[in-house]
Amino acid sequence: MNWLLAPLQFTFMQTGLLAALLVGVTCAVLGVYVVLRRMAFIGDALAHTALPGVVVAYLYGWNLFVGALAAGLLTALGIGWISRRATVREDTAIGVLFTAMFALGILMLSSMRSYRDFTHILFGNILGVTRADLLLIAAMCALVLLVLALFHKELELTSFDPLHAQVMGLSPDLVRYGLLALLALMVVTGLKVAGVVLTSALLVTPAAAAAMLTNRLPRMMAIAALLAACSATAGLYASYYFSVAAGSAIVLTCALLFGAAWLYHSVWQAGAAR
Amino acid sequence: MFPYGNRRHVDPVAGAPALELDLDSVSYPGAATLALQQVHLSVPVGARVALVGHNGAGKSTLLKAIAGLLPFSGRVRVCGRPIGACHHRVAYLPQHGEIDWRFPIDLRKLVLTGRYVHLGWLRRPAQQDHAICDALIARLGLAQMAGRQISQLSGGQQQRALLARALAQEAEVLLLDEPLIAVDAETRAVMAAVMDELRGRGRTLLVATHDVSGLAAEFDSAVFLSEGRVVPAAGGEAMQRLRTADGSAV
Repeated sequence: MNWLLAPLQFTFMQTGLLAALLVGVTCAVLGVYVVLRRMAFIGDALAHTALPGVVVAYLYGWNLFVGALAAGLLTALGIGWISRRATVREDTAIGVLFTAMFALGILMLSSMRSYRDFTHILFGNILGVTRADLLLIAAMCALVLLVLALFHKELELTSFDPLHAQVMGLSPDLVRYGLLALLALMVVTGLKVAGVVLTSALLVTPAAAAAMLTNRLPRMMAIAALLAACSATAGLYASYYFSVAAGSAIVLTCALLFGAAWLYHSVWQAGAAR
Repeated sequence: MFPYGNRRHVDPVAGAPALELDLDSVSYPGAATLALQQVHLSVPVGARVALVGHNGAGKSTLLKAIAGLLPFSGRVRVCGRPIGACHHRVAYLPQHGEIDWRFPIDLRKLVLTGRYVHLGWLRRPAQQDHAICDALIARLGLAQMAGRQISQLSGGQQQRALLARALAQEAEVLLLDEPLIAVDAETRAVMAAVMDELRGRGRTLLVATHDVSGLAAEFDSAVFLSEGRVVPAAGGEAMQRLRTADGSAV
């Protein structure tokens, strides 16, 4: 029992665990829509495109969170706008914007001749989460979960039958923009926990694992949240006891759970086929 | 911008036909060619009309234009009002492939989405909405499968579920796109009975089909489409014709 409680003697571990749980669970619930709408690539893109926003904010002395959020929202709207008429496919629009924005971020970083200040943005620094960061994370997660709950029926309907939504006057594009904005908000919120490179894993992996374990939406969200919470806790403890990067440990635990879910699904399917 | 949220319930214009179409053209966004040209029809309240034509003739395009899914030049009136004046008056039953059947919801939830047009933003379905849907699910012989995920239903059951959803909307005009294609005999019988009931209740049906064998028995009239235009009936089908906007026979 002592090994469970020992890490929690430290304030930075308590704060880090709370931050990881909040971000992990919220990303998992939001991620169910990302997976079901086949938008997995977009989470990755939004996370990467936060980089130029952070650099610009740093250069002008603005709040880094606001800079990242502005870049994320701009990218989300840009992707939606470029692909709105299906002239350019959404995955193509994502591919173009994501690489261009990330390259811009790197270019700006290289012109500053310093990579050191932004390593926590690239790879996350969960143990460096302050009380103020935690409050901001909690507020953002609460906002995202509240919006998801309030607009659940619209998000659900436009995900599987956008034509029916359109016939009744509900614009699937409007809902999609809203979802992209929520994604941008969540990705930026998750940067401190997992960094630019790994945040999208929190959106995709627990939800993808849950999708293999159930075919009911509310249950899928609950399972994804549970898997994310387990991954956050296990990853953070692994980082404490084995001195490894916490963000990477959390994401790898997510991947391990995904592997287990895939194995269970494959065995169950093979059994059902017999 | 947010018509879904306005919960508009505008009364129909007294004495107006269920549908008045004066379409000059309909095209798909980004397409260079017109998908439909010069469609002028007036469909009286309570009529059951078949839209007949081979694949690509423009049947689905016409239904989508009436449902407000495609841009068009011309005029469309539903119960005397423009499209979108009152969304709940038009229900659209899409072709099978236009829905993500793997989405993790059950049949009951699918049917319940037919009630959303009466709810709008932020309102959740009430007990009355659930009761309406449960009654329709039972009427269409789907009570045993109400809890099944929608991909676990047969093609015929999926089609009946979509009809139940269209009925849940309590629309006056139903646009059905190939509802009886590749369905089993049970589904065909249940859907035919329901369509008879709808006519008894004064509902108007516009049904796309490429099956001409049962036209005279199942419909009051038929409109024949070919390459995006209304054409005279081929093969001498003994069908009552609708009048066009200028009074001539179709």
